[in-house]
Amino acid sequence: MNGGGGFWAMGGYARFVWPCFALALGVLFWNLWSARRHHAQALRRAERALAMAGREGR
Amino acid sequence: MWTWFYRLASPPYVYRIAAAFAPWLLGVAGALIVYGLIDGLAFAPRDYQQGDAFRIIYVHVPASSLSVMAYTLMAVAAAIGLIWRIKVAYAVAAAVAPIGASFTLLTLVTGSLWGKPMWGTYWAWDPRLTSELILLFLYFGVMSLRAAFEDPNRGDRAAALLAIVGVVNVPIIHFSVVWWNSLHQGATILKLGKPQIDASMALPLYAMLLGFLLFFGGVLCLRLRGEVLNRERQASWVREAVKS
Repeated sequence: MNGGGGFWAMGGYARFVWPCFALALGVLFWNLWSARRHHAQALRRAERALAMAGREGR
Repeated sequence: MWTWFYRLASPPYVYRIAAAFAPWLLGVAGALIVYGLIDGLAFAPRDYQQGDAFRIIYVHVPASSLSVMAYTLMAVAAAIGLIWRIKVAYAVAAAVAPIGASFTLLTLVTGSLWGKPMWGTYWAWDPRLTSELILLFLYFGVMSLRAAFEDPNRGDRAAALLAIVGVVNVPIIHFSVVWWNSLHQGATILKLGKPQIDASMALPLYAMLLGFLLFFGGVLCLRLRGEVLNRERQASWVREAVKS
């Protein structure tokens, strides 16, 4: 394992290596957040559709 | 076996098993990705030619493999939807598209950041890079086409056609480094025979490959639940699903 400073410097390639890993983590978190949000929105739409169908049925 | 296959065409069944699978897939994926990141960044030896820049491989290769695999899955699901008119298949195709597009974008950006120190340029109209860019446009095209129709069934069918036509790009991406002169290196990991990478470098890479794949499965399950609900809003089983 590299020493502390050497690790962050990535042998002089830090400005290429770290943005790649940051972006990768960003994409992973975006996918997780967006998938959960997509499901939550679909649930709300389904609830609204059911509520409307219930009102029309009465 | 066929019974299980037929059950996969049932929206309530898929909605239920997707909920059961998602946490397991995401949990194992998280563990593998954390291991891959730590081992790949801190413990794998630096490459004798590329130095520490080679560590970009740990995100670039899993993302690029996933970008192509996701497109293939989307095209297969689209074909199943068109041939057998299975709603769940269209839902799978719709759920895959944004995930695949995000990993294709990640592939292009990380490849570009790797290209600068190795090739001296962020971008070249190289066959591998260009065909990967076309893949991103295909994902955008499929998503836009689906959204462009007011009738979701027509949108599904039109997007499915484009997804199937676009699958011709998949072998082009894979073999571009063989068929044409390319800046991009040839296959070293995902090839038949002995991989040309040392085990100390390969192990975190395999962990990241499997981690990204399982993560894709987990996120697909979550997104698929939303797609199934959107398509089945009027169905009676949705009442129970919404209450729970």
